[in-house]
Amino acid sequence: MATILEVKNLRKFFHLYILNNKQIEALTDVEFSMEEGEIVGLTGKSGSGKSTLMKTIYRTYLANEGEINYLSSASGIVDLVTANEHTVLELRRKEITYCSQFLKVIPRVTAVDVVADPIVKKESDRILAREVATELIQKLGLPKELWDAFPSTFSGGEQQRINIAHAIISKPRFLLVDEPTASLDAKTKDIVIELILDLKKQGTSVLLITHDEYTLSNLADKIVHLQHGRIVEQTYA
Amino acid sequence: MSSSIKNDWVLKVENLTKIYGSYSDETIALTGPQRGTNICPITGSIVACANISFELYPGEVLGIVGESGSGKSTIVKQLFFDMEVTNGNAYLKPYKNGTVNILTESNQKKRYMRNHLMGMVYQNPRDGLNFSFTSGGNIAEKLLMADMFHVGKIRERASSLLSKTEVPVARMDDLPAYFSGGMQQRVQISKAIANNPPLLFLDEITSGLDVSVQAKVLDLIRGLQRELGIAMIVVSHDLSVIRMLTDRTLVLKDGRIVERGLTDQILQDPQHEYTQLLVSSLL
Ligand SMILES: Nc1ncnc2c1ncn2[C@@H]1O[C@H](COP(=O)(O)OP(=O)(O)O)[C@@H](O)[C@H]1O
Ligand SMILES: Nc1ncnc2c1ncn2[C@@H]1O[C@H](COP(=O)(O)OP(=O)(O)O)[C@@H](O)[C@H]1O
Ligand SMILES: [Mg+2]
Ligand SMILES: [Mg+2]
Repeated sequence: MATILEVKNLRKFFHLYILNNKQIEALTDVEFSMEEGEIVGLTGKSGSGKSTLMKTIYRTYLANEGEINYLSSASGIVDLVTANEHTVLELRRKEITYCSQFLKVIPRVTAVDVVADPIVKKESDRILAREVATELIQKLGLPKELWDAFPSTFSGGEQQRINIAHAIISKPRFLLVDEPTASLDAKTKDIVIELILDLKKQGTSVLLITHDEYTLSNLADKIVHLQHGRIVEQTYA
Repeated sequence: MSSSIKNDWVLKVENLTKIYGSYSDETIALTGPQRGTNICPITGSIVACANISFELYPGEVLGIVGESGSGKSTIVKQLFFDMEVTNGNAYLKPYKNGTVNILTESNQKKRYMRNHLMGMVYQNPRDGLNFSFTSGGNIAEKLLMADMFHVGKIRERASSLLSKTEVPVARMDDLPAYFSGGMQQRVQISKAIANNPPLLFLDEITSGLDVSVQAKVLDLIRGLQRELGIAMIVVSHDLSVIRMLTDRTLVLKDGRIVERGLTDQILQDPQHEYTQLLVSSLL
C-alpha cells in the first residue's frame, strides 16, 4: 500500500503585524505519514495546533518550513507547501475535501444546493446531484422542512450535518475532517461514523480531528497526539 | 499536474504598468507600498500600477482587492483596451492561441477582441450601457458588434439573456434610465455576456447599490459563473465580495501586488502587513 501523505519537518508560525509583531509558534517540526485507505486521528488539547495542521495541509494556511507530500491519483506526488495555487484548486475540486469545524456557507443557497454543489460540474448535473444530496442529508437525519431552507439559520448540529455531507458527497480520495461529531447526538454520531467507514471501504484516506473518545476508537487506525504544536506520540489502534 | 496545466491559461499578464505624466528611470523605485505612495517625489508622475503579472485559468474567478486609488480599475481598463498602457504584455488564449501581445495590436484587432472575446461590467451602468437605447437595444448593439445580424435571433437572445439575469422581459423595450440601479446593473451584465465571452471583467459592480440589492447581483454573478464557466476578474475594495465570488486573490497597494494567494488563505492567514489590516477590518 502506498503512502498518501508524508509530512516532513513542518513549521508554521503566525506573524501578526497588527498585534505589535506578535509571533505565535503553532507547529514545530511536525512529521508523520498516512497510508492509502488509513484513518488517522489527530488529538491534543485545545490550542495544541490540530486545526492549524489540517488547514496547512489544505493550504488555507501557508507553511513556513517543511514539506507536505501528497500522492495525487492524477499527477503523482505534489508538495502542498509549494504547489502552485492552480494545482491546489484542482486537487480541492477533484481529490481533497475539508470539513471545517464551523459552517462557511454561501448565503442564500439552500441546504440541498450547498451539499450538492461539489458534484455539480455543469448545470445539467443539478437535478441528479440534488437527489444524491437529499438522500445524504436524509440519512444524516436533517429534518425535511430544512432541506430547502438556508443553513445560515440552522442550529450547530444541523450545520454540522450540512458540513459533513458537503465534504463527503464527492467521495473524495482524501478527506480532512475537523471535529465532525462534536455537536451531534449519539444516533447521528453513529451514522457519521458509518458514513466515514463506508468511504474508507471505497479507498478514501481520512485525517480526523476529534476530542471524542467514542468517535476516535471507532474510526482511527492510528492516533497522532499533538502538544504545543509538536507530535509527542503516535500509536496504532 | 503543474506541468500539464501550466499553459492552460486564458489570460496571461506580464509587467503591466501605467504611469500618468512624464517619469524618470527612478520613478518606479521611488513609488509603491514601501514608499507609501504612488506619486513620484521627483517627477510628480502617478504610478497607477506597475509590474502587475498574473495568469487567469479557464472558468476561474480571480479577485483584485485594495483600497480606493490602489490601481484596480487601471488594471482591468488596460486589459479591456479602455486605456493605453505604459508598459507590459498580455496574452489571450482564444486570440491567435495566446502567441501575440494583445496590448500592441491594432485598434481594429482590439475592437474585434472586445466584441468577441471579452465583456466588461462597470460600477456605473452609464459606462456600460447606452442610455439612449432600450435595454433590448443595448444587448442588440453588442450582438451586432459580435456579428449576429438576424433580427429574430437577436430578439430571442436578448430576451433569454434578460430572463437569465432576472430582468422582466416585458421591459425589453424600455429605456434603462427608468430602471432601478440594481436592474440597470442586470441589464449591463446581460449586455456584457451577450457575446458569450470567455473572459469577463467586473469592476466594483455592487458598490453603488443598496445592501439587499448587492446580494442579489452577487448571487446572479455566482450563478452565471457556475452555469457558463466564464473566467472572471472581480475588482472590489470589499473583501466580503471577494470572499463570496473568487478562488484566488491579488492584494493591491499603491499600484503593486503586495500579496497573492488562494482567497481562503488571504482571508485566514494573510502574510503581508497591509493584508492583515484589510482582513482585520472585515471582522
Ligand atoms: N489564523 C490564525 N491566526 C493567528 N493565530 C492562529 C490562527 N489559527 C490558529 N492560530 C493559533 O495557533 C495555535 C493553535 O491553534 P489551533 O490549531 O486552532 O488549535 P486546536 O485546533 O488544536 O485547538 C493557537 O495559539 C491559535 O491561537
Ligand atoms: N487620468 C488620470 N490622471 C492621473 N491620475 C489618474 C488618472 N486616472 C487615475 N489616476 C490615478 O491612478 C491611481 C489608480 O486609480 P484607479 O485604478 O482608478 O484605482 P482604484 O480602481 O483602485 O480605485 C489613483 O491614484 C488615481 O488617482
Ligand atoms: Mg481546532
Ligand atoms: Mg476603481
